[in-house]
This record gives sequence, structure tokens and C-alpha cells, in this order.
Amino acid sequence: MFSRFAGGVHPPERKDTSDSSVEVMAAPKKVYVPFSQHTGKPAKPLIKKGDEVRIGMKIGEPDGLISAAVHASISGKVVDIVDHPHPVTGMSLCCVIEGDDTEDWVSDLQSDLNIEGLSKGQLLDAITQAGIVGLGGAAFPSHVKLSPPKGKDIDTLIINGCECEPILTADHRLMMEQSEAVIEGAQIFQKILGAASLVFGIEDNKSDAIRIFRDRGVRVLALKTKYPQGAEKQLIKAILKREVPRGGLPMDVGCVVHNVGTCQAAFMAVKFRKPLIDRIVTVAGDGVRENKNVLVRIGTPVRDVIDFCGGYTGKPKMIISGGPMMGIAQYADDVPVIKGTSGILVWNEITTVEPGPCVRCASCVDACPMGLMPTEIYGLVSNKKFDMAKEYGVLDCIECGCCAYVCPSAIPLVHYFKYGKNEVWRMSKK
Amino acid sequence: MENVEKVKQLLVVSASPHIRAKKNTSVAMRVVIGALVPALAYATYLFGTRVLIITGLSILSAVGFEALMQKMLGRKITITDGSAVLTGLLLAFNLPPGVPWWIPVAGSGFAVVFAKQLFGGLGYNFINPALAGRAFLMASWPSLMTKAWLEPVGGTLSGIDGITAATPLSLLKNPENYGDPQIIISQLNDIDAIRNAFFGKIGGCIGETSVLLLLLGGLFLLFLKIVDYRIIAGYLGSFALLAWLLPTKGSVLFHLFSGGLILGAFFMATDWVTSPVTTKGRWVFGIGCGVITMIIRVWGGYPEGVSYSILLMNVFTPLIDRVTRERVFGQMPKKGVKK
Ligand code: SF4
Ligand code: SF4
Repeated sequence: MFSRFAGGVHPPERKDTSDSSVEVMAAPKKVYVPFSQHTGKPAKPLIKKGDEVRIGMKIGEPDGLISAAVHASISGKVVDIVDHPHPVTGMSLCCVIEGDDTEDWVSDLQSDLNIEGLSKGQLLDAITQAGIVGLGGAAFPSHVKLSPPKGKDIDTLIINGCECEPILTADHRLMMEQSEAVIEGAQIFQKILGAASLVFGIEDNKSDAIRIFRDRGVRVLALKTKYPQGAEKQLIKAILKREVPRGGLPMDVGCVVHNVGTCQAAFMAVKFRKPLIDRIVTVAGDGVRENKNVLVRIGTPVRDVIDFCGGYTGKPKMIISGGPMMGIAQYADDVPVIKGTSGILVWNEITTVEPGPCVRCASCVDACPMGLMPTEIYGLVSNKKFDMAKEYGVLDCIECGCCAYVCPSAIPLVHYFKYGKNEVWRMSKK
Repeated sequence: MENVEKVKQLLVVSASPHIRAKKNTSVAMRVVIGALVPALAYATYLFGTRVLIITGLSILSAVGFEALMQKMLGRKITITDGSAVLTGLLLAFNLPPGVPWWIPVAGSGFAVVFAKQLFGGLGYNFINPALAGRAFLMASWPSLMTKAWLEPVGGTLSGIDGITAATPLSLLKNPENYGDPQIIISQLNDIDAIRNAFFGKIGGCIGETSVLLLLLGGLFLLFLKIVDYRIIAGYLGSFALLAWLLPTKGSVLFHLFSGGLILGAFFMATDWVTSPVTTKGRWVFGIGCGVITMIIRVWGGYPEGVSYSILLMNVFTPLIDRVTRERVFGQMPKKGVKK
């Protein structure tokens, strides 16, 4: 198989929904669209309470360089602009839209444009206007990734179809059902970046998707199924054998990585001027009646999605936004689905283990794909030695969770590293 | 859909990841203990039920002292994690079978109280408690610890016919005390003696006799990735190389199969807490153990050397970890690792 990255783990895949086609969920009664769904500054609100909105209408515009637009995902009336629970940040300003039960799109939605003749600038603009962000989870504004600064030549565009998180199958289904849109989106990216080569990286547990893409004539590398194969730096290493330098970005080694979902969204944005107003979400777990993939409007409360999947089976103990390795456990089910929400997991049965002392077993060191020493950093962070933690590379941690996954003492290592990072950043600001 | 109740939520909100591998500390301890049971059973056959009494006392007092210390220090009582049981078992494995009953009690007491709990308990001890207990006993009652041998059933203490007063390694060290040195050494390196050592028709400490059973247990742990192959390979590799290079009277196989080397390399050098966590460090540690063991055997005052070499490397572990840091992903060669 292809040159691997060091470390990583093999959690049970449990991709039980990989054969269930995406079901479209109708517009919910109410959506809570956060102005911050991406890395960077929240969008600037363009509407006020009482405004009528249509599907696809821009309700927030990018504020500054690293930011993204947000759009109304249903047609109706803005009933409030208020702080509301947010799956990632805890609380965030949201535009609350009450639906009017119509499917009216904003007037300037186009049908089937001819995109052949569009210039790079026009393509990039269409993507910016549509509020496209990375749909793999990190939600980095795509137009920023597509505009590398002068001097950074991009030779390779990598499209990430790994979906290495266990349980999630949203990307897999997308690749199966909309391969053409994904490929065309990728080619749009390639054109914007002027990259000589385009390669798809797909884990070898999705051989059907690999076949479809190969049949369509694009270059696909079948990658070993290993978590976190889909992490940007590990993927680049596996495909190009290039190592992104510490603190650097993929563009430093001449490449850019985009997720398959992002490609599809960008294609829709360019071809139909359709903004990012919905996404595919894998709903799974013993706590929800039907496990399946659902196309959900952005801003739909998680509870409504669970209702659409037949409701709860019992009393849920844990609701996760995202995958089991990197997803975020939620306080309540009123948080909305946002652009980066790849999964909703509902569990009735969970096992909680009391953390024990670190027994220096080194499992975490062996598992860390970033070559860190989690046990050391954990010790440093818990003793509040943040400068030492920084030296030991806490900022290099990608929070993949491999270390905590293998830790026999059940130490919540990632929790410490997130805290440690925040402290290091806080110190460097002072 | 109708009976969807509004879930009044009391959700668990813990940090990611939300799934964990099955390996946990107390299970791992139990597996290690299990891997040692065949050797214990065999020792009971060789030296009689006395072995079980010594081992039982050693384990009971390790667990008892652990509970007592934790109670006195106001810590959580964690005797079910298996680590004290393992300490007691390993200490017993390092005792001659003929020691009086209070020896294992004193050894376990020292191991748990001084080498483990006073440093903060499991995970904070920097030397292997069982080996520390043994070193304490060696220093305090040297004659008991080097003489209380028992004759094994169907074999001799030395593994060669006719000589019943010395272990193979002390025989190798001072053959002239027992007869014609030339003959003794050739007998020691003879295939028969080596075979006796491998299958365990030989005397010695309770747990070190059967190389075969220890190897099986050790390979099982290796297979489960509970012990690290780098430490074992580094230890056995460097040791075998030196046994071949250095001027010793024993053959490579003789050295590999004697003096608890297999027990030490698979079960004691690999102790999680007291060995390095870095990948390179684990090689360094294993090689260090091998080199020191061989140096002690060739030039040192003790015949065997396994436990002292591991203890010595335990002391160096923090230093090894500091100087053999992992290479961080994307760290450019050369200008990295600042002090
Ligand atoms: S969470 Fe951080 S420290 Fe842990 S394995 Fe991943 S990169 Fe390494
Ligand atoms: S995996 Fe857990 S117990 Fe083992 S060294 Fe790392 S932090 Fe310590």
C-alpha cells in the first residue's frame, strides 16, 4: 500500500450506513443559522428581525479575510437574531428563521449555467458568494484555501475521500451518488489553483467508490484504512510523501487538500449558483431508531433530524455532533446542524471509565500520528508548565484522539491538549 | 414518531474521542500475571508446594502493604488493579525456593512501601518495585539469597550431573571450587546442559527455571503488544552479541538460558512504568540492559546481573526519555531538538 504515516489506530469501522442512500429531509419549521460556522471571523449579519427571507438568500457576509458568507436555508421570516447553543463553540449568534412552508428560492438562483468559459476569478467569486467551507469538519473557508499567496505554487490538488472517522458514511454516500458533481467540483478547484495534477485519496474500505472514480477516469490512490488517514498532513504524507513543516500549511509543500463534500458543494455553487444551505449528515447510534444518511438544511436543530430518523429509542446518554473520534458531545439536542456537521451520533449505552494514573505504557507515543509524546505533554499541561508543553509540541497536536483512544488508563488526553493550546495561545498574545 | 418525547436532557458531555480501545491497565496486569502462571506451576512441580507458600506470602504481603500504605497516605485503594499482585509474583520469581517465610514478606514490604507508594504509587515509581525488593533482600541477607537453593525434581541445581551445590552461573564464575574447571566448563556448554536449562530441569530462583515456559508467556505478551519488542530485542540482541564477543567461558546459548535473563528481558525490563516511552529510548534501554548484564557477568562480583542491570537502566530512564525525544511530524532534520 502507499507510503504510510507513522502512528495511527484501527478503531472498529462500524460503517453500517454505507449502503443506505441519502434521504432528503424536508425543510424544518424553524432553523437556527449561526453566523459562525467556519474557522475565522463570524459573518456580518445582513438582515434584521422581521425580514422576509428566501432559500439561498445571503443573510451574513464575510467579515475580513478569513470568514465566509451564510445563507438562509429555508424560506420564511427572521423571528430573532439571538445567541443560541452551537455545536462547536457552545454559544453563538444565530439567525432564527421561521418557515412559511414554501420552497421559494431567492430569485437569482440559476439553472444549469455554462461554466466552460468562466475565468478563475469568476469561479472563485461564485464559491465565495456561496459560502463554501471545508465540509470535512474543520470548516475552513474554501475561497481562502483556493487563493494561495504569490510565490506558493500549487502542483497537486488532493481530494480527500478518506472519511476515516468510524461510523460516518456521509462522504462515502456522496461519492457513490454524486461522483460526477464531486469530480467536476474538483476540476473547478484544479482550474482555480492551476494545479498540474489532481488526485483522489480514498481509503481501501470503500472499494466501490474507488471503482466508480477510476471508471470516470480520474486518478485515485487507494489508501490503507487507518485512522487518521484523512487528516490533512497525514494524507499528504501518504500520497505525496511530502511532510508539511511544523506550523506550516499544505501550500508550503505545493499542495492543497479539499474534501469530496466541498467539491460537490462548490460544483453546485458554480453551476447553479446554489449557496451552501444543506449537507449530508450520517445519523447513527443505538439511541436513534433509524440509522441513515440524511440531507439536512443548515440550521436544523439536531432534535428535528432525530425525529426524521424515527426519534429516540430510549433515554439518550450522549449526543455527538461529528464522528466518534473527533466529534463534540452536546449538552442538549437543540443545537443546529452546521456546515461542518458530518454526523449526529446518539448513544443510550455508554461506558465511562474513571481515569487512572499514567502508567507510562507508551501506547500514546506509538499511536500519535504527529510524533508527539502525549504522556509528557499531559504531565506538563496538568502541572501548568505551558511553555514546556509548547516546546514538546502541544501546538502540533491535531486533536485526532488516537492517544486517548489507546490510553489504558482512560486519561482524557485530548481535553488536556485543547486546554494546553488555549493557554499557550493566551500567553503568546500577552 | 408520535411518541417522541422531549428528552429532558442529562447528557454526558465528555471530551473526544468517544470510543476507546479495549486495553486497560488492570486487564493488562492480569494478562501478564496469567502469562507467568505456567512457569509458577512448573516451579511448584520442581521444588514442591513450598513454592506456592512463598509466592502466596509474597503476593499477599504486597497487596496488604499496598492497601495499608494507601490507607495511611489517604489515597484511593487500588489493589484490584493487579499491579501489587504482579509485584509480589515477580518478587517471588526472583527468590531462591528455599528462603524462609519472612523473606518474601520483607521483600514485598520494601518493594511496595519504599519503591512504589512513597514515590506516589503506580506510575510514579521510577524503579521496578519487585527488583528493588530483591536488591534490598540481597543487600540485607546475602547468604540466604544466594544459598537457599533447592534441588529440582529429576535434575540438579547446576543442570549438570554430579554437581548439586551451585547454580550454573556461579559454577561458571568459580569452576575451580567444584572440580576440574576444564571439564566443568565444557559440561556447562554441552548440549545436554543447555537442553536442561531450556526445558527447566535445573535449579535456580523460583521463576527463572524453564526458559521454554517463560518464552511462551513472553511471546504471548509480545503478540498482544503488552510488552514492547524494542526493549526485548535490544536486550537479547546486545546481550547475545556481547556473549559472543567478550571473553566469557560460557557459550551464547548458555548465557541466554541462564540467570533469569528471559524472565528479566520479557517481564521486568518491559515494565511500563520504569522503561522509556520514546521509541528510540526503548532501544537504548534494552541495549543498555544487555550490555550491563554481560559486563556484570564477565567482570562483576555477582554471577548473574539481570536485576541490577535493569535497576540501573530504570534510574536512567528519565534521562533517556529527555534525550531521545520523538521526531515531531514536519520537524525538519538538523535544526530541530533545542534544549
Ligand atoms: S490528539 Fe494530538 S497528541 Fe493525541 S494522538 Fe492526536 S495529534 Fe497526537
Ligand atoms: S497511553 Fe495513557 S497511560 Fe500510557 S503512557 Fe500514554 S498517557 Fe500514560
